[in-house]
Amino acid sequence: MPPSARTSGRPHVLSVLVENRAGVLARVASLFSRRGFNIFSLAVAPTDDERFSRITIVVDVESSPLEQVINQLNKLINVVAISELDPADATERELLLATVTADARVRGQVVQLVSMFAGKIVDVGVDQLTVMVAGAPAKVDDFERLVRPFGIVELQRTGRVALPRLGQPIDEPGRDG
Amino acid sequence: MKLTGAQALIKSLEQKGVEVIFGLPGGAILPVYDPILDSSIRHVLVRHEQGAGHMAEGYAHVTGRPGVAMVTSGPGATNIVTPLADAYMDSVPLVVITGQVATAAIGTDAFQECDTTGVTMGVTKHNWLITDAQDIPRTVAEAFHVATTGRPGPVLIDVPKDVSNDLVDWYWPDSVELPGYQPLTGADPALVREAAELIARSARPVVYAGGGILKARASDALGELVQRTGIPVVTTLMARGAFPDDHPLCLGMPGMHGNYTAVTAMQKSDLLIALGSRFDDRITGKLAAFAPGAKVIHVDIDPAELGKVRKPDVGIAADCRLAIEALIDALAAIGVGGGAPAAGTPGHSRPDLAPWTAQIRAWQEQFPLSYDRAAPGPPLKPQYVVEALRDNTPDDTVLVAGVGQHQMWASQYWRFRHPYTWVNSGGLGTMGFAVPAAIGAKVGRPGATVWAIDGDGCFQMTAQELVTASAERIPVKIAILNNAYLGMVRQWQEMFYDERYSEVYLSPDLPDYVGWAEAMGCVGLRVTEPEEVVPAIEKANDVDDRPVVIDFRTDAAEKVYPMVPAGASNDEIVVDPLHGQGGR
Repeated sequence: MPPSARTSGRPHVLSVLVENRAGVLARVASLFSRRGFNIFSLAVAPTDDERFSRITIVVDVESSPLEQVINQLNKLINVVAISELDPADATERELLLATVTADARVRGQVVQLVSMFAGKIVDVGVDQLTVMVAGAPAKVDDFERLVRPFGIVELQRTGRVALPRLGQPIDEPGRDG
Repeated sequence: MKLTGAQALIKSLEQKGVEVIFGLPGGAILPVYDPILDSSIRHVLVRHEQGAGHMAEGYAHVTGRPGVAMVTSGPGATNIVTPLADAYMDSVPLVVITGQVATAAIGTDAFQECDTTGVTMGVTKHNWLITDAQDIPRTVAEAFHVATTGRPGPVLIDVPKDVSNDLVDWYWPDSVELPGYQPLTGADPALVREAAELIARSARPVVYAGGGILKARASDALGELVQRTGIPVVTTLMARGAFPDDHPLCLGMPGMHGNYTAVTAMQKSDLLIALGSRFDDRITGKLAAFAPGAKVIHVDIDPAELGKVRKPDVGIAADCRLAIEALIDALAAIGVGGGAPAAGTPGHSRPDLAPWTAQIRAWQEQFPLSYDRAAPGPPLKPQYVVEALRDNTPDDTVLVAGVGQHQMWASQYWRFRHPYTWVNSGGLGTMGFAVPAAIGAKVGRPGATVWAIDGDGCFQMTAQELVTASAERIPVKIAILNNAYLGMVRQWQEMFYDERYSEVYLSPDLPDYVGWAEAMGCVGLRVTEPEEVVPAIEKANDVDDRPVVIDFRTDAAEKVYPMVPAGASNDEIVVDPLHGQGGR
C-alpha cells in the first residue's frame, strides 16, 4: 500500500496473537477494510505453539486512532491477544527480494551495494541479478532507494515482523481496559 | 451414543433450551430437517428466508433469548444476510444455521453453493464452518455463548451436507473454551467513583439511555438511578420502553426526529450520562456541534464504543446493569441519592437541579409534539391513527414497526410503559422488518397483544409472511399507514429537492390491501374516515384466531416533525409549523 499524504505519521506495529484456524486472516483483513483502517504491511506465520499464529500488522494511526483499531480487533473471537510494539521498543526485521538490471558494466556496483547491506545475491541471470536484503525496515528502505537507480525489474518485501525488545516494558492494551 | 450430525445438531439446540426454529428447508440442509420431526422444538415454516431471520429477531427482542433460524445453502443463506446485518447493528442475539454443500464440493461452484461464512463475516459477531461432525455439539455451545454474552449479536453456523450425515459420538460440553473471548462484566470501581463525582457536580445532567439498557436487563437499575438523582432521561429509538414515558423525568426520544425537549436538553446539558448508547449519527446530528458544553460519562459493554464517536471524560467498559448499580452505590457514598449526605462530602455542594428541570418543563410546554388534531381526516392524519391505536390497545401491547415515517410516528406518539414492548429496526433501517418481526414477537410472547404499525412500502416487502402467520395460527395485527408513497423519501424530496418527487409514488389501491390480506388468510379491513378508526381497532383486537390487516388511508402530505436536517447541528431543529419556524 503506497504511503499517501495522510499516512505520514509514525507507523505503529501491532503484534496480534490469533487462533490458528481457517479464515482468521480473512477476518482480520475484512475488519480493516470495513472499518476503513489502513494497513502498511502485514505478515502472518504460525508460532511455536501450533494452536496459535502471529500476525504482525503495521497500521497507519493517522487515519484511525490506534485505540479504536485495537478495540475492534479485540472483538474478533479468534484474536487472543494484541500487543502494541512501539518501534522504539521493538526489534523489527523485514526481508526484501529484488531482481535488478545489472549487466556486466554495473554488476560490480550492485554486488558491492548488496554486500554493504550484508545482503546476498540469490540468483544470477545474463544481465539481471536477484538480490536479498534483510534487516531493520529503515535499512531495507535505504537499500531499496539506493538500488532503484540500477533498474528494478521486480521487487517484493515481506512486511515487517517484530518482537518486543528485551528488558523493555511493553504497552499491552488488553481486554481488561 | 452414536447420532448423525443432523441429530446431534437438533439435540444440541434442545440442550440450549430452544423452543422454536424459524426456517425453510432445501437441499443442503435436508438431513437436519429429518430429526426435527422427532424433536420437541417447534418449527415455523416461513415463505422467504428473510422472514425467518426477522422473526428470530422479533422473538429475541421480546424474550431476551436468542432467536434461531435455519435455512439452506446458497440463496437460502444470502436471503438471510439482511436480518443478520440488522441484528448485528442492533445487537440482537441470533443463532442462524445454514446448510452448505458437501465438504468435497466446497470451492467447486457446486449447485446452491455460496461462501456463506465469507459473505456473513462482516455482519455476524462470529461464524463457523463445521468440517467435522464431532465438532457440532461444541460449536453449538460456543455459538449460543457468543451470541448471548458480552454485546449480544448474531452468529452463524454453516453445516455441510456430508457433515450432517456423518456419525457423532454424542457429548455435551460442560463449558465453552474460547481463548480469545472473555466478555466484560463488572465496572472498574475507580472509574465509577469518577463518574459519581461528575454527576455530583453537574447542574444540567441528562441520562442518554440506549438499547444497551434493554440488552443488560437494566431498566429497574436505571429507574432507581433516576429516582435517587432526579436526572432527566432521554430514551433512544432502541431504548423506547427502557424507562416509562409517563415518568415526569422521561423526555422521550432524541435525535433527528426526536422531540424538541429531548434534543435540546442534550444540546444544553453539562453532563451526558450515556448508558448503553453509541452516539449514532441520527442522535448527534453534526458531531462537532453536538452537546458542546457537556462532559460525557459513557458506559458500554463494548470497549470499542468508548471514544469511537465522542471521546468520553469517563469511559466505563462494563455491563450496564452492573455499572448502574455500582454508580448508585458510589453516589450514595458521596451523599447523592442515598438519604442525607454525610457532612463534609462532595454531595453537599451538589447543584440544585430545579432550574434545569424547570427549563425542561418550559421547553415541553412551548414545543410539544403536535399535529393538526382539528383535522383528523380524511385523509387520516397518521399521528391520529397511532394515538387511536395507543389508546385502544392493552397497556402491555408489543408494538412493532417497519422503517420510515410510520416508524417515527409510532415511536413519538406511543406511550411506552414497559421494557421489551417495542420492536423495530434501528441501526440498519430495514424496510419490511415489521410483519415478520411481529410474527416472531407473538411466538415469543403468545399471551401479549402484538400490533405492527407498518408503511405501505414496507408492507409490500415482506407481506407474504402473513401466509406463515395464518398457517401457523399466529394472530398478529398489522396497521398499514397507507399514504401511497415511500413517505420518508417523499418528505426529503419535498424539503430538500424542491418537491421534485422521484420514484416515490406507490398507489393507494394497487395492491388491494384488503383483498391481499384476505387471500393470505387474514381479516382485512379498510378505514378512510376518522370515526371508523377506533371501531376498526376494536374489531381487530377481538380477532384471536388469525392475523388482521387494517388499511388506514392516510395523508401523504403529513411530515415527521421535529426534524434535524441531515448534517445540520441539533440546534437547527425544525419543529412542526403549528409551533413556528425552527422552533428557536
